[in-house]
Formats: sequence, C-alpha cells, structure tokens
Amino acid sequence: MNPLGKLDWTPVLLSCQVATLAATLLLPAAIAVAWWLARSKSPMRWLVETVVNLPLVLPPVVTGFLLLILFAPRGWLGSRLGAMGIVLVANWYAAVIAAAIVSFPLAVQAVKLAFRQTDRELENAAQTLGAGPWTTFARISLPLARRGVIAGWFLAFARSLGEFGATIMIAGNIAGQTQTIPLAIYSHANSGLSGYQNAWPLVIVAILLSFAALLAGHWLERRAV
Amino acid sequence: MLQFNCRYRYADGFSVEIGLNLENGCTALFGPSGSGKTTVLSLIAGLIIPDRGSIIIDGTAITDTELRIQIPVHQRGVGMIAQTPQLFPHMTVRKNLEFGRRARKLGFREVDHDQLIDALALGPLLDRSPATLSGGEKSRVALGRALASRPRLLLMDEPLASLDEVIKHQILDYLAEVISRWQVPTVFVTHNQAEAVRIADRVVHLAAGEIVNDNPHDSERRIG
Repeated sequence: MNPLGKLDWTPVLLSCQVATLAATLLLPAAIAVAWWLARSKSPMRWLVETVVNLPLVLPPVVTGFLLLILFAPRGWLGSRLGAMGIVLVANWYAAVIAAAIVSFPLAVQAVKLAFRQTDRELENAAQTLGAGPWTTFARISLPLARRGVIAGWFLAFARSLGEFGATIMIAGNIAGQTQTIPLAIYSHANSGLSGYQNAWPLVIVAILLSFAALLAGHWLERRAV
Repeated sequence: MLQFNCRYRYADGFSVEIGLNLENGCTALFGPSGSGKTTVLSLIAGLIIPDRGSIIIDGTAITDTELRIQIPVHQRGVGMIAQTPQLFPHMTVRKNLEFGRRARKLGFREVDHDQLIDALALGPLLDRSPATLSGGEKSRVALGRALASRPRLLLMDEPLASLDEVIKHQILDYLAEVISRWQVPTVFVTHNQAEAVRIADRVVHLAAGEIVNDNPHDSERRIG
C-alpha cells in the first residue's frame, strides 16, 4: 500500500507557504541584526544577542502567548493594526509571524558567523578605493557572506516547517486555514486509532521535507563559491 | 604635499611618535618589524585614529585631533596596497579594476583605465577570477586597482613581501614605471633596504616608533 495514498495535501501546501514566507520576510532583519552583532563594539551587544536568542530556548508556547497578547484585537499592536483593518491572529498570516519569530535566531546565528569570517582587510581595501560604508556592505561584505545567508534561509525554513507551539497559540488549529503539518498530525493523533493511520503520511512528508530543506541548504551553500 | 605629525599608542604600551614632511615623488619608510611603519600608513589611510596629532594633505587636514577632524577612509583619496593584494575574490579582475572608478563615480578616461591596463599588462587577465592568478599577477592587479581609483596619495605596505626574487624585480619595474608615468606621490613601506633605495627618492629609516635617519637621495636615483 502506498503510505502517501491518503495524504491530505492542504496542510503540506500551507506549511510550505508559511515557511517560505516566514524565512524570506525575516531574512533582511536577520541580516541587519547579524551585521550589527558581528561588527558592533557596543556593550549592549550581549543584551541584544540574548534577547534575539530567547526564542531558541523559550517554550514556543510562551513566545506564542506573548505574540497573542501583542497582536490580539485588544492588544497593544493588534488594536492599532485593527484600526487599519489588519488582523494578525487566527489566520495564516499569524502562522507566518509565529514561524518567523521562532526561527529568527537561527538565521541570525548563521549570517553572523559568515560576517565574522569575512576578511576585514577586504572591507578596508574597498574603503581605501573610495567605497562608503553602504557600498562596502552591499558589494563586499554581503556577497562574501552569501553562504551564511543561504544557510540562514534554509535553517529558518526548516525550523518554520516544524513550528507548533507558537503557531497554535496565535494562529489556532483551523483545518484548511491555519492547520500546518505539525498541527494536522497533532489533531489526527488526538482522534483515536484511525487518526494515527491518517497521521502517518504527514509524518513521512514532514521528515522528507525537513531532510530535503537541510540538504538543499547544504548543497546551495557549498555551490555558492 | 603631506605633513604628518602623530602619536599613537597601542594597548600593549608600544607607541609611535613621528613627524614627517613628504614631497611629491616616492618616499620609502624603511625599518625592521615593529618599527611603526605600518602604523604610519594606517594613520594616513584613516584606518586608525591617532591619540593626538594631525595629518595634512595638500594643505587640507584629513586628521586633526585638536580640531576634531577625522575624514572617513573613503573620502580621503588615499589609496592603499596592503601586504597581500586583497583582491575581491567574488569579482573578476575587470570588476576589481573598476571598483574604485565606480565607487568614486569617475569615467574610464578620468582614470586612464585602458592605459593602466596596458602599462601593467593586465589585458589577458581581465576575465579571470583572482583565485586563478599567480602572486605576481595579483600584485599587478592590486597596483592597477589602486591607481584606477585616482588616489592623490598611494600607500604601499610591503607589497612585494610575499613574492619570490624574480617576480619581485619584475613588479618593482612595473611600480617604477607607473609611479613616474602617473606622478602619484607614494609612500612605500619595506624592511628591505635594496628595495627602498631602488624605488624611492627618499628613504626614511624608522626604529622603535621613531625616525632614526632621514636621507633624501641625490637626484640620480630619482625615478623618471
């Protein structure tokens, strides 16, 4: 029997959509923060680094709870966004926010490492040739750190695929709308023995997707010479 | 051309205190490791800031600790060639050569682009990646790249240190030719006296962060 025969594609496509968008949207911010962390001599660096890394160790449910407080219709940000007609809870945008926040530190770490490894002498050379700080960043530092940027995107994508706790808090578990692969597996597993059988195809797809994302990340990273 | 008078102290206590007046032409700063040669270049380029002192090029202060002037590196018009060529590995030779021209928004004619390529025999290398070049070729590209940004002063920090003898002589010939043809005032740092004498109009001898001897050569050794 084909184990993927009974696969429901809706959560799979939703997961890919959410993870792709989350990884892409967080990347510019991750690059900016990584650059600052790699280059700054500010004593605030350690504090910022700790705050950025917090989602790595916090229970995702806690992150999700805080996001819910912030984005709920009566929340500090939610009320303002609501006035503009934007709702960021209980829909798939909320799943994107949850995934982006939780995977942000992984992307920052990968990019920061790449910036730390770039040769500062090359940046100096660019400046003595007349390039200002922005040109030096855009034409030297960032292209030289591209492997880290690629690795950061795929790490964030893979982490976003697996996001559960923060997602269920802020986006909920609405089949066809916010039910990503992990949430669908959870629902199936909670619905008795037949549910276990329905969960299997999704479990296999989750493993395959995560494996493929990490592999693709490594492959592209090595090719980006 | 250049009036330099700076004091710079490193965290380990080593300090450099030097006053220099340079004319146009090529000046060699000669001395052993740890004599402060590279520090002088880094101060002129603006890569480090002196504890006190001033640096004036053509009557304009680019550094003055009393007046709180510290012109950023990229606005000084001071080119620098480091000990290793520091070519941008993700760009072809052509893109490396054009980097300074584009950064300073100059035209090909303004930087004598084609003449520089000819003078340094870079034509066959233009589409190559820096990783595929030999040590001598890299040095020529670094020299061309620095000159193509039209610096008003060129600093060279032991640019020949990593080359073998034969290539070293070849590069010295190129160097002598472009310096005299483009009339770029140059400060050339070396710990090799033969190199210093061969290329420079004037040799300044440094030791332990101070000038110990300053001998302007006679005009017969002048290049060009």
